Amino acid sequence: MSIITLGETGFFDIEPQFFSAIGMGCSIGISVLGAAWGIFITGSSLVGASVRAPHIRTKNLISVIFAEATAIYGLVLGIIIQQKYTEHKHIAQGIDYYSGYALFWAGIITGFGNMSCGVSVGVVGSSCALADAAHRSLFVKILVIEIFASALGIFAIIVGILVANNASFSKFDY
Amino acid sequence: MLSFNIENGYYEAVVRGYRKSLLTSTDYGNLIQCETLDDVKLHLTGTTYGQFLANEPTPLDTTVIAEKCTEKLVEEFNYIHKQVVDPLSTFLDYITYGYMIDNIVYLISGTIHNSDLKELLKNCHPLGMFEEIEALSVSTNPSDLYDSVIVDLPLAPYFVDCLSKEDLNELNIEIILNTLYKAYLEDFYKYCEKIGGTTFEVMSELLRFEADRRTITITVNSFGTELRKDDKLKLFPTIGYLYPDGNNALAKAEDEDGVRAALENYNQYNKLFEETELDGEKSLEDFFFEMEVELNKASFERQFHYGVFYSFVKLKEQEIRNIVRISECISLDRRESLNQYVTLY
Repeated sequence: MSIITLGETGFFDIEPQFFSAIGMGCSIGISVLGAAWGIFITGSSLVGASVRAPHIRTKNLISVIFAEATAIYGLVLGIIIQQKYTEHKHIAQGIDYYSGYALFWAGIITGFGNMSCGVSVGVVGSSCALADAAHRSLFVKILVIEIFASALGIFAIIVGILVANNASFSKFDY
Repeated sequence: MLSFNIENGYYEAVVRGYRKSLLTSTDYGNLIQCETLDDVKLHLTGTTYGQFLANEPTPLDTTVIAEKCTEKLVEEFNYIHKQVVDPLSTFLDYITYGYMIDNIVYLISGTIHNSDLKELLKNCHPLGMFEEIEALSVSTNPSDLYDSVIVDLPLAPYFVDCLSKEDLNELNIEIILNTLYKAYLEDFYKYCEKIGGTTFEVMSELLRFEADRRTITITVNSFGTELRKDDKLKLFPTIGYLYPDGNNALAKAEDEDGVRAALENYNQYNKLFEETELDGEKSLEDFFFEMEVELNKASFERQFHYGVFYSFVKLKEQEIRNIVRISECISLDRRESLNQYVTLY
């Protein structure tokens, strides 16, 4: 049984820019997936409940705004990664590998963090709309839960930005 | 839960809106203070029933009120039923099968007694109507009926056990009704099991209660008839909490003490005879109605399941029963019995 190192498989022949491109796509793509999921979960309940209880219409749009914000976080990180993204270099330096992997994981962190946040806000927002339709006083109390849920998205993007902060590809082509 | 709202979110929210418009204890308090049925109509106009009795000629009749209330229920139910997709549409179909069974048996027994078809159709429950229903009055032979009408209905599998009955007399009609209902409950239970998830958790409680209620009601109603033990056992649904031990014990029971002994081990039902004796006015049916209301109210505590549709229909029916009972007490001037409605909210 021979142990093969990662380098011998040719893994390091893959350009680091490839990974950072995936990270860029994930960051915006998966965050928007989560935001859209959350919006349809809360939106359909909101529309149905306002048939018999029109007073909930305006107040409960805040759940949709919370879900939308998670998409914006993904967008912000996507733009940050895009700014750092450069051309392919013939020989990759250490800094290139660091940047490539850092941007990849920053994108994944933000993408999946915001996806969970979006879904969570959506489910709580749906229950909030239905509870508000039944008793007006419940809205503010359930909104507190939603605020906690939307904080998850902020955690995701903070860590994503921290990870992506020092990433920069080498300037010269050797 | 996560994909429930794609197809069903709007309808669940609409049903919860309907539930919110059910009459509360304040409304019932106003209703029992009415002197005439016109006062009842006035109070109902202030609720979501609105102008539903506006075109009816005075003096009002209790049957008219019942009919119009049921029409409102049918309107609300059909608004949802006509728009949904599978699996919710099949679930709502299952809810209507119960009423279809009642209608079919009612028409068959009416035909035996040579009643007028138009009168019979007017008394059928609107949620259980289907196109070929008038063809049921053509003959009284079960196999003829099966071949001409029933084989096309989705209820056809329930009739398999009934075809062997030769003569349709009073006792047999009851047996047919209970056999059909048993097959229906078991089929509904299996369907909910297939859906799984929260729907199954909620519906299994409701359907088991329904099965047990039927079992106990059949037992109590068959005291003094010549129904044999084995036949009785065949009528009891197998999905209830009482299956199998309670079912066997109840089949053997000959009187009240036997039923009491059979229900001893079941927490929900062992208070049955204490409560129905104590009050005197409260019958077995009322006890079960109250239990049913509690279970159906509880199903609204959970979100993202189909049980809310079933529970709404049952709660609305209970409300209609309440309104009819109050109206009857008012019109017959029996003011002592006015308090015997089951409060929903």
